[in-house]
Amino acid sequence: MGEKRTVSLVVNGTAYEESVETRLTLADFLRHQLGLTGTHLGCEHGVCGACTVLVDGLSVRACLMLAVQAGGADITTVEGIAPSKDRLHPLQEAFRDNHGLQCGFCTPGMLTTLLEFLRNNPSPSEGEVREAISGNLCRCTGYQGIIDAALDAAERLRGQDATARPHGGESP
Amino acid sequence: MSRAVFGESVKRVEDPALLRGEARFIDDISLPSMVEAAFVRSPHAHAGIRGIDAGSAMALPGVHAVLTIDDLRPYLETEFLVVGLPSSSYQQDRNRPALAGDEVVYVGEPIAVVIAEDRYIAEDAAQLVVVDYDPLPAASDCRDALAEGAPRVHQDAKDNLLAEFNMGYGDIDAAFASAAHIYAESITQHRGGSHSIECRGAIASHDPGTDQLTLWVSSQMPHSTLRVLVDMLGRDENQMRVVTPDIGGGFGPKLVVYQEDVVVSVAAMIVGRPVKWIEDRREHFIATTQERDQYWEVEIAVDGEARILGLRGSIIHDHGAYTARGINLPQNSAESFPGPYEVPAFQMNTKLALTNKVPVTPVRGAGHPQAAFTIERLMDRVARELGLDRAEVRRRNLIQAQDMPYTRPLKTRGGLAVVLDSGDYPKSQEDSLARAGWDQFPARQLAARADGRYIGIGLANFVKGTGRGPFEQVTVRIGTSGRVHVYTGGTAIGQGTKTMLAQIVAEQLGGDMENVTVTTGDTAATALGIGTSNSRLTVVAGTSAHVAAGKVADKALQIAAHVLDAPVEDLEIDGTAIHVKDRPGRISNVRVELGALAHAMAGTPGYTLPGGMGPGLEATENVILDSKTFASGTAVVEVEVDVETGGVKILNYVLAHDCGRIINPMIVDGQAIGGTAHGIGNALYEWMGYDENGQPLTTNLADYLLVTATEMPRIDLIHHQSPSPLNPLGVKGVGECGVVPAPGAIISAVEDALAPFGVHIDRAPISPPQILALITQGRAP
Amino acid sequence: MKPPPFTYHDPATVTEAIGLLASLDNAKLLAGGQSLMPMLNMRYAQPDHVIDLNRVEGLSAIREAGDGLEIGAMTRQREVEFSDDVERLCPLLHEAMPLVGHRQTRNRGTFGGSLAHFDSSAEIPTVCAALDAIVRVQGPGGARDIAFKDFAAGYLSTSMGLDEVLLSVQLPAWGAGHGFGFEEFARRHGDFAIVSAAALLEAGPDGRITRASLTLGGIGSAPLRMAPAEAALVGAPGSAETFAAAAETCRGIDALEDIHAPAVYRQHLAVVLSRRALEKAWSRMDADKGG
Repeated sequence: MGEKRTVSLVVNGTAYEESVETRLTLADFLRHQLGLTGTHLGCEHGVCGACTVLVDGLSVRACLMLAVQAGGADITTVEGIAPSKDRLHPLQEAFRDNHGLQCGFCTPGMLTTLLEFLRNNPSPSEGEVREAISGNLCRCTGYQGIIDAALDAAERLRGQDATARPHGGESP
Repeated sequence: MSRAVFGESVKRVEDPALLRGEARFIDDISLPSMVEAAFVRSPHAHAGIRGIDAGSAMALPGVHAVLTIDDLRPYLETEFLVVGLPSSSYQQDRNRPALAGDEVVYVGEPIAVVIAEDRYIAEDAAQLVVVDYDPLPAASDCRDALAEGAPRVHQDAKDNLLAEFNMGYGDIDAAFASAAHIYAESITQHRGGSHSIECRGAIASHDPGTDQLTLWVSSQMPHSTLRVLVDMLGRDENQMRVVTPDIGGGFGPKLVVYQEDVVVSVAAMIVGRPVKWIEDRREHFIATTQERDQYWEVEIAVDGEARILGLRGSIIHDHGAYTARGINLPQNSAESFPGPYEVPAFQMNTKLALTNKVPVTPVRGAGHPQAAFTIERLMDRVARELGLDRAEVRRRNLIQAQDMPYTRPLKTRGGLAVVLDSGDYPKSQEDSLARAGWDQFPARQLAARADGRYIGIGLANFVKGTGRGPFEQVTVRIGTSGRVHVYTGGTAIGQGTKTMLAQIVAEQLGGDMENVTVTTGDTAATALGIGTSNSRLTVVAGTSAHVAAGKVADKALQIAAHVLDAPVEDLEIDGTAIHVKDRPGRISNVRVELGALAHAMAGTPGYTLPGGMGPGLEATENVILDSKTFASGTAVVEVEVDVETGGVKILNYVLAHDCGRIINPMIVDGQAIGGTAHGIGNALYEWMGYDENGQPLTTNLADYLLVTATEMPRIDLIHHQSPSPLNPLGVKGVGECGVVPAPGAIISAVEDALAPFGVHIDRAPISPPQILALITQGRAP
Repeated sequence: MKPPPFTYHDPATVTEAIGLLASLDNAKLLAGGQSLMPMLNMRYAQPDHVIDLNRVEGLSAIREAGDGLEIGAMTRQREVEFSDDVERLCPLLHEAMPLVGHRQTRNRGTFGGSLAHFDSSAEIPTVCAALDAIVRVQGPGGARDIAFKDFAAGYLSTSMGLDEVLLSVQLPAWGAGHGFGFEEFARRHGDFAIVSAAALLEAGPDGRITRASLTLGGIGSAPLRMAPAEAALVGAPGSAETFAAAAETCRGIDALEDIHAPAVYRQHLAVVLSRRALEKAWSRMDADKGG
């Protein structure tokens, strides 16, 4: 067994205090130690974006962070986006309505990336959406459904107050 | 009330779990006491193995086993995966060993496996396994591999020719002898990977108490995997189960049964604990099959009016180091070379060359993109030589709608006739040209050039054989809970299979998709299965589902007629119950729940079944559909080339496609656009480089370029629906279609943009440095 | 693709970090992790010790200093991208930042980390070269400043000592109203540039160029200042001919060759992108401010 440290952090509103191996990536920690398997690993070298999570409200690649570095952080994963068991977040609804997912493997990273993006830019252009998700690879959709979903979600989110905001800090 | 769902863009049943992060992909499965595997793989394209020293690796704390082929042999009837599709043209059997013995023949070939507490430790230990290699010369380029004196891919072979076959019809010599013009081209299409965002993975668990072995695997073909394991492990079918969890994309290579699937299964028996192996991206680059390297030498004969008289030539196909599927790819290529055109005489010779590279098997498109690229390059050549509009040359050669079904005097790999079943190819071309503004383009192009901008337009037609038979099994069962259960051997890899089957079944049972559950890819749930490939499931599984659901509906109505004492014609299924139809002025509330009918048909000891019917409320269908359905379409693409950098930007992309009757327009759009993205990658971005020694050069996603959202244009789709006469739904496949015309249309457009420089492009993909080199050549005096 | 075993250290001060660097063999500094973590996951880097700088106080700030900006080494690239001070005082850097990787990598990646990793095709080192940045580092013997022209020491390597930590970077501002232009050719948005060009121009009231900086990234093992081009520009009128001629002086330079592009292609891009960057810089000159 390798060297271990104890980290305290909040994930999707739940506080955890966990002993982690210091070389464990944040992605593997979330997936295998906390059982939050919605965060996916597609490349483990920081290109595909499938493992994107929000750390203190900012999208980061969870394969490029060590779990031990997340001490004190407030993390949102895909499991923390929907407001309740029986309701989807407007962004998730928009993905479903616009066929923004096929196999669904890249979807968690797309959702977390767009969640941050739409907070910062509530009325994006198509080009801005394309740039925002240019660090997330999708092999199924050709991105069109995802882009339509993001634009649709932006409209839905503009039309509502902050009630459906998921857990997680606001970005600057 | 009964609702119609067939033909509607209903929401996908797959989505909620995927959107919530609650889906279960292979790496999301964790079993008690599970351990993890990492493979030791060859760093050499070709080498002998003198010995393997696992001492240091075994000594590492947390390591349970380091296994080589010697350790597996006691558990194996044969150490080879015998999976090649039948063909009389093989000249060598080249089956993969589960682990390499005394020779490795490609970089990435598995040699040993480390089983450890977790993947971190397994990778630590894999680094410590010392393999004593004797490096050997490697064959990298498939053309060189066939040359006299080339390094042999396998030391025990006399040469590198795996297979050779000829295909043709008509009097080819007469066609060329009488031709007004003959043009020759050398066309290259390069390979790429599938790069599903989820790599492969497998988990095996063996219960010594019951001697049951279960393999969860991210595979398009669990039943094939089961059959291979039964053969290799010498086990009975009832001792084995293969299950597919949610699958994060397939795109072809997941139809292959791999060495790792076998090794993980045996390892679970050896270590007595469940064993998980998750392929990482670097492994995916070197150990998962790839496709497309082909070199074509072809000639086209045309008359004075640009009408095709004959096509002839040869293909050298890079097969990789082993047969992991068969001769199917170049068979598809040669067979589909004439495309949507009238070709009176045809003759092709095809050679499959072994190379010291990862095995080659279908990637989305499966041989068709190469053929479409070649014929479309030839059409452009004819147009240029004869000074004709590129669309006009195609127009003169397209098979006409009134000639459907059109029999091409060729045979499929299974010896069946090639019959283009339906479609209106000229309309496809005309509509897409109109949408793209083809006729107005020359004026726009001139204006752009006056501004120093180089824009171009190109087109490509395609036909794509889909729905390959012979069948896919589907069971439709109404349970005593009242829910409708659908089971199929096909697998769901993102293409919306569960939604498709739920729509087809619900259509017959009153339209309540919420009440339908679809189970895919589980050998315990479906006795027979072929799996997902060749854009086939909607055709073959869809038809079985349609027929099975119809039978279940008929039976349910008959039982209900008996139970309700009403004539069948007065009854209607509304999704969860059967009721007496309302009549004008009279609303009926007489109904019986489907669950109650299922209860009645489940039987009660000592009592007869109602209505004298057979037991159960279910049907299993294996509708035989041998002939392929041919989807078709046209891509018209407008690009701008930066002649100072060689950069290409796609300005407009129109795709007309015809996949017969559409079950779910939203899903069909997604398939067509997604396939197009893959084709754009094949035309402009994806390059899987190997050096002359067979070393892969692009083994990460920063070097191997997948199209991202910023390069991908918005795709403008045109739907045509020519029902297939070959199945009761009138459907055809769509999954691979988008990829097929993309390289042809894009390269045509790039060439058009660069017409002032006299640029001629004979390959895909083409990179900015290559484009710039062509421009520079063209500028030279 | 999992990181190899290592001992993890997370010092709270620069002094502590330097102490660890000096006392440990085969140690690697971990800043934002956007370069080191992939190398660890792929096991291209197998350090015995990882010294995480993320808890070190005082290394992340953007502030006006002298006639320019000082950017702390651990400042996230995102902060630089959205900094009003950067936009005002170093618009060239502001223009280049959105091209640095992707949103998710800029949220975590640091300004100093990119410099220390020193990929010559990365945008941040190229901009620093263009601005004659001064890199402040600290080792056991104290702090010292390294002029950017002395910072490079070969491919992916700098003149920092093995026991030195990068503290901050000073970016001298150019005159109000100066022209700036950053141009790059990358295969896809967010990719490392095959070649990039950064241009800065100032001019006198007569329309003649008084000061010029032209830097090429992705060409050699480090970003290259194009002294002959700069010499040709100063004193010349700002015109298409001037820029074309200056750019043309870049044609003969030695260029890298790799799987993405042959040397001849990079040499060609050097000329094209230099000219475009200069023209863009010139088009942005604000004559009212004496630029």
